[in-house]
Amino acid sequence: MIERIIFINGQEKRVSGEPEVRLLDLLREGMGLTGTKEGCGEGECGACSILINSEVVNSCLFLLGQLNDGDRVETIEGLEKDGRLSVLQDCFVKRGAIQCGFCTPGMIMAAEALLRKNKKPSPEEVRESIAGNICRCTGYSKIVEAILEAADRR
Amino acid sequence: MKYFKPKSLTEALDLLSDEKTRFEILAGGTDLIVQWRSSPIKPNGMIDINQVEELKNIVETDEYIEIGALCTHRMIAQSKIVQIHLTPLSDACRSVGAIQIQNRGTIGGNIANASPAGDLPPALVVYNCELELSSIYGRRWLRLRDFFLDYRKIDKAPEEMITRFRIPLPIEYTDVKFYKIGTRKAQAVSKAAICFGATLRLSSGQAHEKIIEKISIAAASMGPTVVTASKTEGLLTENEIDEDLIRDAGRSLANEFHPIDDIRSTAKYRSTVCGNLLVRFLKNL
Repeated sequence: MIERIIFINGQEKRVSGEPEVRLLDLLREGMGLTGTKEGCGEGECGACSILINSEVVNSCLFLLGQLNDGDRVETIEGLEKDGRLSVLQDCFVKRGAIQCGFCTPGMIMAAEALLRKNKKPSPEEVRESIAGNICRCTGYSKIVEAILEAADRR
Repeated sequence: MKYFKPKSLTEALDLLSDEKTRFEILAGGTDLIVQWRSSPIKPNGMIDINQVEELKNIVETDEYIEIGALCTHRMIAQSKIVQIHLTPLSDACRSVGAIQIQNRGTIGGNIANASPAGDLPPALVVYNCELELSSIYGRRWLRLRDFFLDYRKIDKAPEEMITRFRIPLPIEYTDVKFYKIGTRKAQAVSKAAICFGATLRLSSGQAHEKIIEKISIAAASMGPTVVTASKTEGLLTENEIDEDLIRDAGRSLANEFHPIDDIRSTAKYRSTVCGNLLVRFLKNL
């Protein structure tokens, strides 16, 4: 049994469990934060993408033990403020970048990580930033457009 | 599961020195966690080395560029030292998986995993990379190309761990290029990946032809470990680059490797594409 004191979507929380528990399961089962999805469980699809200290990682490959005290974990639930969608989320909705929605949380977290580091990315940079996120529905065009529009509006 | 998170290299080496605490080393986990999931045998414990800060540095000295074993692919790709002096290594790091994997996977883990398709070894071998193995008994350096003994077999004792990599300076090449052939631009295990390093000089004659003083070739997914091509290297060395030499070199390389057919590609395709990439590299010199 191990314990860590971390920030989840800005809130300080003490988490505990077996060190080999996946962060994905800690979030979904342990905390009811089911926005983060399991697609493949092996780091190939990106559906489980979250931010840790503003870096996008696959939560299916991140173990509880690997967390350090003070780490800032952010999930899709953390992007909205006071019930209002973030600019990035709003662009996805308005641009039709969402069909079944399963890839969307991970896709948005990957885009969020990009826009924090690169305020005005090129289309190529956007595509490279979401290369670890598979979408079976949209063909990616509207996703890329949504991210580029969000970059303009932020 | 017994779980250890040493805060220093000394602590980690102590754990490795004792059979009772000699568990698998966990760095980023992007290879290990996938393997644990697909194996029916779960590990009894792990040594999480993510807090061993001394293994996370990239340093340029007079003699070497040193990269700590815990440097992530992203850290290496973003490093100014690497971008300026070792650009193809930065390209190789950016070709591993995707950004989510690059943010966690480490160079030490990539090398210890010893996949024949590992993207980093071709570039590292071309740059004559050495690695440091440490234990409580001391440290030793060896050439990266000598570290891989056979398919997923490495020259590492149970109580040792990889701690550093170093690339000797100055870099002798005038041109270095890394190519990766895969099904996609990201999240692709390569069908073939190859790195070429060449030192060119101009001939003293009127025509000022380009002469290859030295060339290094290293490839992934072309054998049980990273492989080199001494025959083709010999064919090219101290020769003027002309159409005949380029064509002959391409043919030589296509015949020098002995890849296999597998789920990703065929031996014939792999050999052909390596030959073609050499031709492309030479034409662009």
